[in-house]
Amino acid sequence: MSGYVDLLRLTAPEIVVTLAGLLLLILDLSLLRRASLAARFRSAVLIGCAGCIVAVLWLERMAAQGALPAGMLVVNSLTQLLQLALLALAIMVLLLALSARFTTHAGEYCSLILFATVAMMLLVSTQNLLVIFITIEFLSLSLYVLTAFDKESSQSAEAGLKYFLYGGMSAGILLFGMSLLYGISGSLALEPIAAAVSSLPSDPLLTLGIVMVMTGFGFKIAAAPFHMWAPEVYQGAPTSSASLVASSSKVASFFALFVVFSIGLAGAAGSAELGNHSAGWTGLMAVVAAASMLWGNLAAIAQTSVRRLLAFSAVGHAGYMLIALVAHSRQSLIALVYYVVTYALATAGAFAVLGALEDEKIDSIVDFKGLAKRAPDLSFCLLIFLLSLAGIPPLSGFFGKFYVFTAALNQGSHLGLLWLVLLALATSMVSFYYYLKVLKQAYVAEPTAGATAIHAPASKRAICWIVAALVVLLGCLPDLLLNKIAAAVPNAFR
Amino acid sequence: MLAWTIYLSFIGAIAVSIMPAKSAAAARITALLTTLLGLGIAVVAVAQQPSGQLLTIARKPWIPTLGIEYHLAADGISLVMVLLTGIAAVAGVLFSWNIDRRVKDFFALYLILIGAVYGVFLSFDLFDLFVFYEIAIIPKYFLIAIWGSTRREYAAMKLVLYSFAGSALVLAGLIAAYVVSGGRTLSLDALAHFPFPAHFQMWAFPLVFVGFAVLAGMWPFHTWAPTGHAAAPTAASMLLAGVVMKLGAYGCLRVAMMLFPHGLDSWGFHVLGFGSWQQVFAVLAVIGIVYGASIALVQKDLKFVVGYSSVSHMGFVLLGLMTLNQIGMSGGVYQMFSHGIIAGLLFAVVGRMVYERTHTRDLPELSRIPLARLIPFAAVTFVLAFMASIGLPGFTGFIAELEVLIGSWRAFPWMSWIAGLGILIGIAFSWRALQATFFGEAETVSEPLPAITLPERLGACLLLASTIALGLYPRLLMGLILPALNGPLFEQLRRSGWR
Repeated sequence: MSGYVDLLRLTAPEIVVTLAGLLLLILDLSLLRRASLAARFRSAVLIGCAGCIVAVLWLERMAAQGALPAGMLVVNSLTQLLQLALLALAIMVLLLALSARFTTHAGEYCSLILFATVAMMLLVSTQNLLVIFITIEFLSLSLYVLTAFDKESSQSAEAGLKYFLYGGMSAGILLFGMSLLYGISGSLALEPIAAAVSSLPSDPLLTLGIVMVMTGFGFKIAAAPFHMWAPEVYQGAPTSSASLVASSSKVASFFALFVVFSIGLAGAAGSAELGNHSAGWTGLMAVVAAASMLWGNLAAIAQTSVRRLLAFSAVGHAGYMLIALVAHSRQSLIALVYYVVTYALATAGAFAVLGALEDEKIDSIVDFKGLAKRAPDLSFCLLIFLLSLAGIPPLSGFFGKFYVFTAALNQGSHLGLLWLVLLALATSMVSFYYYLKVLKQAYVAEPTAGATAIHAPASKRAICWIVAALVVLLGCLPDLLLNKIAAAVPNAFR
Repeated sequence: MLAWTIYLSFIGAIAVSIMPAKSAAAARITALLTTLLGLGIAVVAVAQQPSGQLLTIARKPWIPTLGIEYHLAADGISLVMVLLTGIAAVAGVLFSWNIDRRVKDFFALYLILIGAVYGVFLSFDLFDLFVFYEIAIIPKYFLIAIWGSTRREYAAMKLVLYSFAGSALVLAGLIAAYVVSGGRTLSLDALAHFPFPAHFQMWAFPLVFVGFAVLAGMWPFHTWAPTGHAAAPTAASMLLAGVVMKLGAYGCLRVAMMLFPHGLDSWGFHVLGFGSWQQVFAVLAVIGIVYGASIALVQKDLKFVVGYSSVSHMGFVLLGLMTLNQIGMSGGVYQMFSHGIIAGLLFAVVGRMVYERTHTRDLPELSRIPLARLIPFAAVTFVLAFMASIGLPGFTGFIAELEVLIGSWRAFPWMSWIAGLGILIGIAFSWRALQATFFGEAETVSEPLPAITLPERLGACLLLASTIALGLYPRLLMGLILPALNGPLFEQLRRSGWR
């Protein structure tokens, strides 16, 4: 009996969000049938945001911490911090959907955003392979539908199908890998797996399992060479869906990846340090990181669509974040959480700007011509977001990179990961080129003749400003977030 | 007090950018007042601090989790650089008085650049230094790409990519130094006394030195400089050549040489005749001197002549630093100041006084216009500027190049001969440019050109007065530079390689 009480206590925020999702769905399907589309979206977003805010308050005020048996649910201050970030991003995505007109299914769309958020909240607070798999599937199914939601657009349908096919395949691989880990250790919880792994570090089945789990996660985080879905989804999906895929799903997946590998598979880590190499998953991770940084940043140069450019830059950023996984220390976990949260903010902000420009049919880079004159405030926000993604101080993206690289060099005794850091610095220089290409159109080029000023909805402009302010604030005073993360990360991590 | 040079510039930038759209005159005046105040603060600081002792301005924890501080301080070298920035900033505003397109944006970016440059020269925490260093890069791009001329977008992109490549190297070395020293502090005075392992210094030194030297225009990483200078609007070329290249040289001295002095030691073996990084970089510097001057000799575009002359003069700075003796290094620092003023002056004449009136920088074309009669003030300024540039006594360039040559004579005698050859070529290209521009055989009687305006006269007088005054009385700045070089910060360098 007390098991159920514990479960309800620990998952109260998730329950609140789920109830909000169900409530807005029911209201939309019953009372609001005859209301106008705008009113339906407004009420759905309102209820959704209210649910998220209640969950935030719950987490702030009366959060319970604890764990369920077999690592089914592990709630601590770190997971709660991540849940707060996920909820904040969900509120942002909902507000972005406020003026959406591409669908008549307001209730379904908003409730799916909430359900995806619930899945991510559960994903960050579990240390059990089965729950991880189920929440990933729950998340992915919501995201597939959200991606394909624009029924009028063939691009959206293509993106949804591509996402679904790749996703389904990679889910199968992930599950196979997990079943191998289960077969070796006889347990689904990460801690017993860790014990079993360290007793037989060089089992070929273990190697196979690790590679397959890495593949499955590589798909979720869009690391090369598992990133094929990303450009289509970023380009074809409705803006708010794309924003969810690009920001909060990255936060949750990266954290889960870190937990699985650094807790469950710590015994098989090996070393990717130059001159001190030994076989293990860090070597694999380092190769994937290097491939992502190179391929993502180089392919982004060739893109003409801004959304596709953001997708390839996301691949590059996945590479930088994987460096933190290669280092897998306490410091690198702090760095990773800081990086992924600020990265999610900047990306979500960039998508908010794209969302505000939605009515102008702006997609290709040349459409940004003279944006600084047509919409000065939006283009200034875009400048902040892109420079933060490029890693220019004093914006938060710079400090994230600085800290991840510091954590990587701190690993080992003789700067063994320097090669990875040098590669990352070289590719981030490349990334500056393509971000600047967009900013050049916005600031240097004159608007085409006849182009008028853009009047974006106030709600979207407000989101852009708030997120931009956060990006600047967290860059100038990183300790605001860093202290919270450092206090929450248990000392158990080396 | 000195910290307000930074804050005022940023406040000025914000003030200019939130002005109503039509207020061009107000933007100009705000920019002028801001830079004048900055110069005033710099002059007062120099006057109050004639001994060049280390002066801490502000020291507060910034990111305590990582031991990063907000630490501003100034020793004599910083003060010299701050003074240079103040003078160049005021002159730059005066010479861009006629900008009429997107005036607000121009001065806002200009002031951000100035603020960041002050920040680099005053930072005594490596993290702060790097942050300001990177902040300075972005405005450069927009200043060149929006208000520039010849192939401006190409030149602007080339410049920032070179800058970022350099700063990526610097960042790698910086993080490595942070980690190796125990990850507790990035404060320059703490790291300057930290005994980094010799093998670590051996690779960290060239990494960081080259990273900064890219911005200082060291051959063969100099190619951004002539294209960037030629494309930039006048004020931006003045700042680029005048202070931004000094950021690189300053970083070489302040970070690479001060923290990793053993990187200059002998390798213990020889590769292609080179036995240490000191020799490698000294040879690169000398190549820069001769190469820059020779290319300037054959350019047809007047701005490229001045652009390559900058490469040549920055070679003297690097050669001076690499001599590793007191006279050579102080000469190198003096040359930073001297070249900052003189390059500003040359670009002002070429870009503002000549090009914006005649709309050509082509030397054969210019020689057909009787410029000396049409704009005599420009001719006089140009003659004086080139006299300063080739190092005639009485100007700052003389003191600086003489000291560098004496220093290099002590360190590597045969290189001073080649550097001296560079000076001779410098005289040749100056003569050629001067003759073609102002004293060519004008056949046609051309229409009168717009007269030289008051802001231009004021700016030219400010720069000329600085180079002559400090050329006749070098002890003012030397009294700041020498105590700084003999101060506790350079103790490790003095102990390891001082000859």
